[in-house]
Amino acid sequence: MNIEINNVNKFYGYQKVLDDVSFEVKPGEILGFLGPNGAGKTTTMKIITGYIGMDSGDVIIDGKSVKSGETKSSIGYLPENNPLYLDMPVVDYLKFSAKLQGVDKEKIESKVREMIKLTGLNKEKHKLIGELSKGFRQRVGLAQALIHDPEILILDEPTTGLDPNQIIEIRELIKELGKEKTVILSTHILPEVEATCDRILIINKGKIVANGTSKDLRQQAEGNNLLKLKLEIYDSNAVVGKLKELPSVEDVVIVNDKEGRFDIKSYKGLKSNREIFDLCVKNNWPIEEMIPIETKLEDVFRDLTMN
Amino acid sequence: MDSILTISKKELAGFFESLSGYIVLIAFLGFTGFFTWLYGSDIFIRKQADLVVFFSIAKWTLFFFIPAITMKLISEEKNTGTLELLLTKPLNESQLVIGKFFAAFFLVAIALALTLIYYISISYLGKVDHGAIISGYLGLLLFSAAYIGIGLFASSISKNQIVAFLLALLIGIFFQIIFDILGASISGVWGKIFDFLSISGHFDSISRGVWDTRDIIYFLSVCILGIQLAKENLVNRK
Repeated sequence: MNIEINNVNKFYGYQKVLDDVSFEVKPGEILGFLGPNGAGKTTTMKIITGYIGMDSGDVIIDGKSVKSGETKSSIGYLPENNPLYLDMPVVDYLKFSAKLQGVDKEKIESKVREMIKLTGLNKEKHKLIGELSKGFRQRVGLAQALIHDPEILILDEPTTGLDPNQIIEIRELIKELGKEKTVILSTHILPEVEATCDRILIINKGKIVANGTSKDLRQQAEGNNLLKLKLEIYDSNAVVGKLKELPSVEDVVIVNDKEGRFDIKSYKGLKSNREIFDLCVKNNWPIEEMIPIETKLEDVFRDLTMN
Repeated sequence: MDSILTISKKELAGFFESLSGYIVLIAFLGFTGFFTWLYGSDIFIRKQADLVVFFSIAKWTLFFFIPAITMKLISEEKNTGTLELLLTKPLNESQLVIGKFFAAFFLVAIALALTLIYYISISYLGKVDHGAIISGYLGLLLFSAAYIGIGLFASSISKNQIVAFLLALLIGIFFQIIFDILGASISGVWGKIFDFLSISGHFDSISRGVWDTRDIIYFLSVCILGIQLAKENLVNRK
């Protein structure tokens, strides 16, 4: 199912938390929703699920507005902090969720079993939810979101509080689900987005500041190529002079005079590796290190969200 | 309708899983039993085979116990965030509140059903006016429905259960006593209005076996108003 968010504005009191937000998500796509705390990620997700309203604009899911209330059954939602009934046993809770979602009575048992298997809750299924560790609770939250086989999954920080193994498991699960479903997940763990999402949306102060694949975003932010170079030489100034003469090199900075470390910045769109290598060979300067510095998603994120 | 039932069943099961259901039942039976059979102007002092004592005691026990039952119904969902889970499922605010109402109503009905043993006992002690007793029980059910409505409204106001409990008592005391006193001490139109607002007057006439549609309309209006306001409070989160 398609999700279209059209010019959504939302105020909390006088504070504008969403400022003309528009984007679209297609079936089979996993959209990563990034942004600093308080940027409006959770608010956007709550609006898509229909839990809170908007002051203007609309969210259209498969041709229907969320305001109609008819879209709820096609959405599986894992809210932030994963609220659950702690005094309910896992199985009872999943049955309760299935009933509310309108799963056929005959199918409830088998659905619950399927979810327990899918999320690996078999050993814990008769425990009270309150007795489970955070990782298992997260699985219960995911199981209740998936129980009616929704076409859309909205996951608000699905991996917070999990250990590294659990994070990888949940990620794999989301990837698997994302093959056929429309998935929106929010996080502020950047490697997670790169690992799981097809597309990234960065939101800051209620505005969308970037929208594209992680590769797109990196290229967008990538200005000049940077290289770290370490040579086994002692006359740094002479080296700098010669490096600067290279056509692709814009600037050279001596990082450490005695160790022969340099930072080399090339002109926009040019790579200087080869020329530097040739120069070093010609002058017989043994290269100890030559490290390209990639623009990381972290840098893109900082660039876009820091003022 | 299915969703309402699902909510009611879950809530009712919750009362008994958390023991609060049992505590309410035992305390209700303990209080009413003690005052009906053992203490004060009890049945043996009155020397009449009726349940007048029980009905007037039940009026006060329910007054305190219903807020204790209703206080967590909505405020807890708000506090733990589970309200978000519920309302993002195909369930609207009215269905949620009505489901909760029936859960509380059913718990009170169980408590009242258990006191039918008093009825059976007195029917061995003398000639009983069955009509008055049945009328009294129906009156108690209507009375409870009104207070559950008030309790749900109070519970929808705050995330804090204690606040919800105290607020329900505060609103309740107006209906239970204050309107009655105002009605008696003020003359004219206002006196009549306060008199009509007092829950005690309506309940007393029903528990004597006098049925008047105005009494029934009164109880149902308070109940529906409470439910409606609770629903509005939930809708207003948006």
